[in-house]
Amino acid sequence: MSRVPEAFEDGPAFIPYLAVGDPDYESSLEYVEALERGGADLIELGLPFSEPIAEGPTIQSAVVRSLEGGMTPTRFFEFVEELDVDVPLVCMTYYNLIYQYGDEPGPRPFVEKAAEVGIDGFVVPDLPAEEAGPLREACDEFDRDLVFIVAPTTRGERLERIMDQVSGYVYVQARLGVTGAQEDVSDQTGQSLDRLAQWDVPKAVGFGIKTGEHAANIVAGGADGIIVGSALVDIVAEGHENGDSAAEVADRLETKARELKDGALRGVEQRVPHPERQ
Amino acid sequence: MSDHEPSDRSGNAVESSKSDESDDSGDFGGFGGRYVPEVMEEPLDQLTEAFETIVQTPEFHAEFREILEQYAGRPTPLYYAANLSEEYGADIFLKREDLLHGGAHKMNNAVGQALLAKKAGKERLIAETGAGQHGTATAMVGALFDLDTEIYMGKKDANRQRMNVFRMRLMGAEVNEVTRGGKGLADAVDAALEDFAHNVEDTHYLVGSAVGPDPFPWMVREFQSVIGEEARKQIREQTGSLPDAAVACVGGGSNAIGLFHAFRDDDVAFYGGEGGGEGADSKRHAAPLTKGRDDVIHGMRTRVIDDDVEVHSVSAGLDYPGVGPEHAMFRAIGRCEYRGITDDEALEAFRTLSETEGIIPALESSHGLALAKQLAEEGEHETIVVNLSGRGDKDMEQAAELFFLQSE
Repeated sequence: MSRVPEAFEDGPAFIPYLAVGDPDYESSLEYVEALERGGADLIELGLPFSEPIAEGPTIQSAVVRSLEGGMTPTRFFEFVEELDVDVPLVCMTYYNLIYQYGDEPGPRPFVEKAAEVGIDGFVVPDLPAEEAGPLREACDEFDRDLVFIVAPTTRGERLERIMDQVSGYVYVQARLGVTGAQEDVSDQTGQSLDRLAQWDVPKAVGFGIKTGEHAANIVAGGADGIIVGSALVDIVAEGHENGDSAAEVADRLETKARELKDGALRGVEQRVPHPERQ
Repeated sequence: MSDHEPSDRSGNAVESSKSDESDDSGDFGGFGGRYVPEVMEEPLDQLTEAFETIVQTPEFHAEFREILEQYAGRPTPLYYAANLSEEYGADIFLKREDLLHGGAHKMNNAVGQALLAKKAGKERLIAETGAGQHGTATAMVGALFDLDTEIYMGKKDANRQRMNVFRMRLMGAEVNEVTRGGKGLADAVDAALEDFAHNVEDTHYLVGSAVGPDPFPWMVREFQSVIGEEARKQIREQTGSLPDAAVACVGGGSNAIGLFHAFRDDDVAFYGGEGGGEGADSKRHAAPLTKGRDDVIHGMRTRVIDDDVEVHSVSAGLDYPGVGPEHAMFRAIGRCEYRGITDDEALEAFRTLSETEGIIPALESSHGLALAKQLAEEGEHETIVVNLSGRGDKDMEQAAELFFLQSE
């Protein structure tokens, strides 16, 4: 049974992302555990793939560091088994790795193994809903969730296909104003969420969230959760470049996580009825 | 809580909206498709629509053909290579794409896509390039159509191919040397895709081969199919009949599909020469059709080299872990036979054509020539058309080193 719904039970979910194995296996264990201490309600664990398409430079560099450290799907599963956290875990990776894992081609062996080690769901950025049938079946067989990303440009038929396939939560990729001002962010978040008003899964918003204030504004705009990747990966990268100890970096991650989680909680109080969406 | 259980979602199977016919869509018998982040879907839908509404008109065709004639130098000759034929022991006809403006077949696709971009009201072209051939072709059409042009090239490649960087810049293109990741072609592709996703309103991504997400594989094929259309007409004029076999090298596979497409319903055998590197059974090759597996890469389902294989070919243009999805289909249904041509075999053919005909082929095209030699030796085909997809000028430094030309 997937534990993903638990993350959304008590108010807005704070969902951090880290690339597993960045910059090395042991430090990465500490970092993920620090995120839970900082208040993570669910953690997205990135399984690095050598050919990620349309990924920003921050995540790209994390992927390179992790792969150079020897990360593979097998190591990833060992990592998840060894990880000492209680929150639900979602694996974010590319379809190539899911498809090729195990003895038979297709996603089933990967999902079976992931379920066995305690992964609750999957986000696969390069798998469109229309090609997701086999992975959806495997997820159903092992009671896992399959999360989809909705872009600002996703409309019509594609939106419906995603609605048919999604479970757990929907990852709303917001296009946010450059100012980051509350009104702006809340408004744009609201517009992104409007299209999904009828969906019966929680809506988690991600894209460029870096501070507690961003988090508050997005939750105030109606999001059920916030997803934060680059801001955390930046902390890992900086620590790695400066040669800081894993403990120091873990502390910084925990502090940042706390800031984001507190921001999300604050956002609930700031929620105001949106005139256009009533 | 039950609202969120996986089993609660609608269990209806989602039917693919694509047709099963491989001829005019991006679904090649289960290969192809569009494995891209959701943010890329809308731009690709727009491109498909532009392709379907603009390119299929007679006006577009007329303009496209006129530019190919007047600017790029089409039709290219189909040359009966008498000396090489004698050397190999079969009648070899060379489709001289090496004589096209820019020195390779890449120009056909660049003209087609740039013209489409212009008609669709785009102001800017972007492209990825490895060795710089496709980037150069894109810079040429960028200048021709007065479009802002930005070329993404891995820093590592840019350092190795300074001449092409200079050529691109001279023609007004901005060359963006990519320093992320491994600083190679894959990283250039990533940077270009990211740019495309953010600037889709005014930007066209000019993909260089028949690879990537739908609609690129069939769009590029449409623009390259002029090769086979000409060759089919020319061989009938010269010999009175169709050839027994059509041969081309296969990296992404655009020159091969461009040659094959016009012959697809004919009794003409197809052969594709892949970058066999140190041998398809070795751990260093670029021959996913000869030895590889079905998988998803760069937005498409296709054949990919095995995980423990290092992608390698003596020719930069074939140095690619995947292949265009239509070739994966051709392999699956047995329409085309693919063989890994080793570095050594390709280099031998490179030298043979230079010595017998006074034509220096690209190292890529040399893989097709080496395959033609094998066919001639096997003796099953008498008349063979080989796509001489590019000229070898760009490979001279490599050749000088390998053949000790400086000491002769």
